[in-house]
Amino acid sequence: MLKLTKVKKTFNIGTVNEKVALDGVSLTVENGEFATIIGSNGAGKSTLFNCIAGSFYVDEGSVELDGTDITYVPDYKRATEIGRLFQDPMRGTAPHMTIEENLALAYLRASKSGRGSAFSRISKEQRSYFRERLSLLGMGLEDRMKQPVGLLSGGQRQALTLLMAATLVPPKILLLDEHTAALDPATAEKVLELTKNIVEENNLACLMITHNMHSALQMGNRTLMMDGGRIVLDISGEERRDLTVDGLLQKFSAGAGKELDNDRILFSK
Amino acid sequence: MGSLLSLPVVISALELGFIYALVALALFLSYSILNIADLSTDGCFTLGCAVGAQVAIMGHPVLALFAAMLAGICSGYIMASLQTKLGVESILAGIIVNTGLYTVNLAVMGFSSNLSLFKCDTIFSLLKNVFGATWYKLITAIIVVVIVCLILAWFLGTRLGLSIRATGDNADMVKASSINPGFTITVGLCVSSAMTALSGCLIGQYQKSCDINLGTGMVTIALASLIIGETLIGKGTMFKRIVGVILGSCLYRFAIAIALRLHIPAECLKLVSAVIVAVAIASPYLKKQIAFQRRKMAAVSARKGGGSGC
Repeated sequence: MLKLTKVKKTFNIGTVNEKVALDGVSLTVENGEFATIIGSNGAGKSTLFNCIAGSFYVDEGSVELDGTDITYVPDYKRATEIGRLFQDPMRGTAPHMTIEENLALAYLRASKSGRGSAFSRISKEQRSYFRERLSLLGMGLEDRMKQPVGLLSGGQRQALTLLMAATLVPPKILLLDEHTAALDPATAEKVLELTKNIVEENNLACLMITHNMHSALQMGNRTLMMDGGRIVLDISGEERRDLTVDGLLQKFSAGAGKELDNDRILFSK
Repeated sequence: MGSLLSLPVVISALELGFIYALVALALFLSYSILNIADLSTDGCFTLGCAVGAQVAIMGHPVLALFAAMLAGICSGYIMASLQTKLGVESILAGIIVNTGLYTVNLAVMGFSSNLSLFKCDTIFSLLKNVFGATWYKLITAIIVVVIVCLILAWFLGTRLGLSIRATGDNADMVKASSINPGFTITVGLCVSSAMTALSGCLIGQYQKSCDINLGTGMVTIALASLIIGETLIGKGTMFKRIVGVILGSCLYRFAIAIALRLHIPAECLKLVSAVIVAVAIASPYLKKQIAFQRRKMAAVSARKGGGSGC
C-alpha cells in the first residue's frame, strides 16, 4: 500500500520561474489497485512519480510504502520495492549489454533476500528462469538472450523493461509513465495487454500515466485526474464503469473549475 | 620489414606492449566501460612506480606489485570520492588528483626526482634463471598481464562487474536495479587505478629506475593503445575486447619502435604518439565517410549515365 500525505514540491523557489508542481497531494493506493492518471502537461503527474520513486525529495509531506516511511530513503534503495517504466523505451535497459545480463541486473533486486552475492555469476537455474520469463512475452526474445539489448526494437525493449521492473522480482508498486506513448499502435496494444496481465497476476499496486482517455477508462479500476499540482478527480467502481470519455471531460471541467476542451489539454480519444 | 625489425627490437616492443597494456586496460575500464575520462592516470602510474621501487629497494620485489596496486586503489578511491561524494566533475577530479599526486610521488621517492633499482632484485631478475636471458622479461610480463586479464574478464562477468558495466551504459537502470551508482563508480575506479599503478611498478622494475616524470603523457599513450585495439577488434565479448586492448598496446609499441628505427629523434616521440592517437581515433569515422563518398559517387555517376541514355 502506498500512502502520500500532503506532499508538496516547488521548483525554482525564490525565482521568477517558481512553480508549484505538487500542491499538497494526498493519495492512498491499495495493493491490487490499478489507477490511471490523466492530466494536461505540467499538471504534476511526472513530479508525483518522481516523488514516489525518490528521484527527488519532497519539500513537505510524507511518502509511506506498506507502513514504512520512505520520504528520505534514496531512490536506488526504494527501487527494491518500486518498479518504474518511462515513456522513452531506452531508459530502462543498458543497450550494450546482452538481454541476459540486463535481466541478471534487474534480478539483483532480489539479492536482498540472499539470492547471489556480488561475486557470483549468472547460474544455470537463473538462465532457465530468465528464459521461461522471456517466453511469456511471446516475442521470441528467449532465443536471443546473448544479443545486446540495443538491437531490439522500442516495443521489445519496453516489454523487456516491464519484465525487469515488474515480474522478475515483483515490486510493491509499479509506476508507468506513459510507457506506451513512443510505440506504434499495435505494439502499444500488446505492451498494454502485457501490463494488464502482469499487474493482475502479481496483484501489484499500479499507477499509470496516460494521455489516452480511452485506456485511462479501460485499464485498471480507478482513474485520477490531476491539474495544477492537485488531484481534482478520483473515480472508481460503478461511477467509473458507466463513464464515457465525454463524461470524463465534463467531470474534469467541473473538478478543475475551468472550461477545457479535448484538444487544448492534448488528450486523444 | 626484416631489416626494420630485428628480434631484440620485436622482443622489447612486445615487453613494453604487454606492460603498458595494463594502463590501456585501466582506461578500458574507466573510459570505455564506465564512461569516465580518468586524467589521474599519469600521476597514478608514477605513484605505482615510486611505491613499487621503494618496496623493491627494501628487498621485496613481489610484495612491491601488491603495494603499488594498493597505492593505486587509494588514488582511485580519492578520485571516485571527489566525484560521487563531493560532486566534482570527473575530468576536474582527475586533474586535481593528478596535481596532488605529484607531491605525493616526490614524497614517496624521498623528495628526489629519481630512484635507481640497479642494486636490488626485481621480479624480472628473480625469474631470469628460470626463463633464460633472452625471453625472461617478456615471459614475466606476459604472465602478470595474463593473470590480470583473466581476473578482469572474470570480474566483469560477476554481478558487481555487470553493475559497473551498466553504470557507464545506463545509470538510471542501475539505480532501478537497487544499486548505488556511486558505489559502482568507486569500485571501478579503484580497480582501474590498481592496474595503472601495477603497470607503473612493472615499468620501474623493468627499466630499473623510477623518474618523477615517468607518467607524463601516459593517458594519451594508453588511449592510443585502447583505440587501436577497439578499432581492430570492434565490439564483442568482454574477453575479445580485452585481448583487443593488449593487441592495440603491442601494435602501438611496434609503431614507436619503427619510428625509432627510422631515426626519428627520441625528443619527437610525444608528437609521434599524438599523431598516432589522432589517426587511430579518426580512422573509424574516416572509414565510414570514405565508404559513403564512394556510394554517393557511384550513385551520382549511375544517375548521370542513365540520364544521357534517355
